[in-house]
Amino acid sequence: MSVKDNSVTMEGPTLFPPWIGSVLILIVFLGSWDGYVRLFDVSMLVLPPPSAVVVQWLKFLVDGNVWYHTGVTTLETGLGFLFASILGVGLGMLLGKMPRLERMLNPFVIATQVVPKVALVPLFIVWFGFGITSKVVIATILAFFPILLNTVLGVKSVERGHSEVMASINASPMQRLTQLDFPSSLPYILTGMEVGVVLSIIGAVVGEYLGGSVGLGNLAVREMNTYNTTALFAVIVHLSVLGFLFYAFVVGVRKYLIPWHGSSN
Amino acid sequence: MTVQPVSMIADHQKSISLKGAEKHFGPPGGGVQALTPTTLDIVGGDMTVLLGPSGCGKTTMLRMIAGLEPPTAGTIEVGGANLWANGARDVNALKQLGMVFQEANLFPWLTIEENIALPLKLRGVNKAQRQRKSRELCELVGISGFEKRYPKELSGGMRQRAAIARALSYDPMILLMDEPFGALDAITRDTMNAELQRIWMETRKTVVLVTHSITEAVFLASRIILLSPRPGRVQEIIDVPFERPRDSSIHGLPEFQSIVAHLRTQLEH
Repeated sequence: MSVKDNSVTMEGPTLFPPWIGSVLILIVFLGSWDGYVRLFDVSMLVLPPPSAVVVQWLKFLVDGNVWYHTGVTTLETGLGFLFASILGVGLGMLLGKMPRLERMLNPFVIATQVVPKVALVPLFIVWFGFGITSKVVIATILAFFPILLNTVLGVKSVERGHSEVMASINASPMQRLTQLDFPSSLPYILTGMEVGVVLSIIGAVVGEYLGGSVGLGNLAVREMNTYNTTALFAVIVHLSVLGFLFYAFVVGVRKYLIPWHGSSN
Repeated sequence: MTVQPVSMIADHQKSISLKGAEKHFGPPGGGVQALTPTTLDIVGGDMTVLLGPSGCGKTTMLRMIAGLEPPTAGTIEVGGANLWANGARDVNALKQLGMVFQEANLFPWLTIEENIALPLKLRGVNKAQRQRKSRELCELVGISGFEKRYPKELSGGMRQRAAIARALSYDPMILLMDEPFGALDAITRDTMNAELQRIWMETRKTVVLVTHSITEAVFLASRIILLSPRPGRVQEIIDVPFERPRDSSIHGLPEFQSIVAHLRTQLEH
C-alpha cells in the first residue's frame, strides 16, 4: 500500500480550487434572491428578480447611453485618484522624513480624518459648481487620507539596517529618498491606494447624487425618481463592475511594481 | 605571544588610528561610557579582530571607525585623514571604508547584482560597468550564477557573501565587519571564515572584524584587540602567529589552544 502525500498544507487534500467555491456562493445567493422574489410575489418596485436586473443591465450596455455616464464617472474617479496619489505620496514622503513636522501636523490630520467628509460634499458643490470639478475634488479628498497615512507609515517602517547601509555608503538625502525610502514604502503606498481608489469612486458617485446632470450616480438618482428599481439595480451592478476594474487595476500595479513583496502572491 | 605578524609591512594608507577616541551615551556625568578614551593603531592590510563580551564597546568602536557614530571626544584617522573633522564625516576617508553588518541588509526589491552595485550606482557609474563589477565580485565571493536572483531566493550564508561583495564594490581599502557571521549556523560560519580569509588574501584589504567568538577570532586574526566591559576599554592586544592560508586543522595545534585558553582566562576576569 502506498501512501500518497500530495499536500503539505494543514488543510488536507483539496477537491476543487477556491474560485469554484466563490462561484457556488454567488449562485446560491442569486438563486435564493430569485426564489424569494417569486415565492413571496415581491413587487418589482421593491426588489426585482436578478434575471430582470441582468436583462436591464445588458440593455444598458447595448443602448450606449450608459457609456457616456460611465466615461464621466471614470474620468472623475481617475483624476481624483491620480491627484490623491500624487499629493498623498508626496506629502507622505515629506512627513515621514520629518518627524517633527509630522507631530506638529498630526492633530490636524486626525481632525480632518474624523470629519465625515461626505458631509462636506454640498459645500464643495457650492464652491466648485455642478460640473466635473466638484466631483474630482471630492474624489481627491476622500482618497487622499489613506494614501497619505500609509505613505507616512511606510517611510517610518524603513528597516534600520537598510538605512545604515545607505549611511555607510554615504548616500545623499535625495539618494536615500529615491533608492531606499520610496521603494521600501511601496507596499504601504499601494495598500493606501487600494483603499483610496475605492473611496474615490464613492466620492465621485456621491458628488453626482447631489449635483449636476451626468455620471452614473446621477443616472441612479434619476432611475430612483422614476421608481424604476430594476434600472437602479442595473446601475448599481454597473458601478460595482467599474469599482472592481479600478481595484483590479491597483492590484495589478502592485504585482507589477513589487513582485518581491509577500503581498504580491 | 609577542610574535610579530608576517604582514607588518603594510601600506600606511590602509591603516586606522584612534587617538583618545571615546564614546559616551547619555548626559555627561550620567549615561553610559561605551568606550573609554582609546589610542591604538590598526595595521593597514592586516586582519584585526575586536574581541570581547557584550557591552565591551567593540561594536561602538567599529561603528565610530565606519562613520556611523561620531566619537564623543578624540579623533579617528583613516589612511591619515581625520574621519570626524568638525563633527561631519570626511567624504574621502569614508570612501575607503566598506561596512558589513550582522544582517546582510540587502534590499529585497533589487537583484543580487543590483544590490552589489548599489554603491556604484550612487556614485554615478554606468550600468555596463556596474554589471561587470558585480559579476567580478560574485565570482570573488563565490555566488556566481546568482546575479539575477532576488535576496529571498538565497540562503543566509549566500546573502552575507553578497553583502561582502557590496562592501567591496567601490574598492575601499578597509573592510569593516560587525559580527558578520553571527546570524549563521556553525557549519556555514566555519565555511565563511575560511572564505573571508581567502578573500582577504586575494584583496589584501585592511579587515577589522568584531566578534564574541574566541575561536573565530584566533582563526582569522593576525592581531586580536581584546576589550572588556564596564566601562568599555582595550584590555590586551595579542598577535596571532599562524601562517596563512590557515585551515581548520590549526584548531588542533597546541599554540592555538594556548591562545584560546589565554583569551578565555582574560575574558573571565
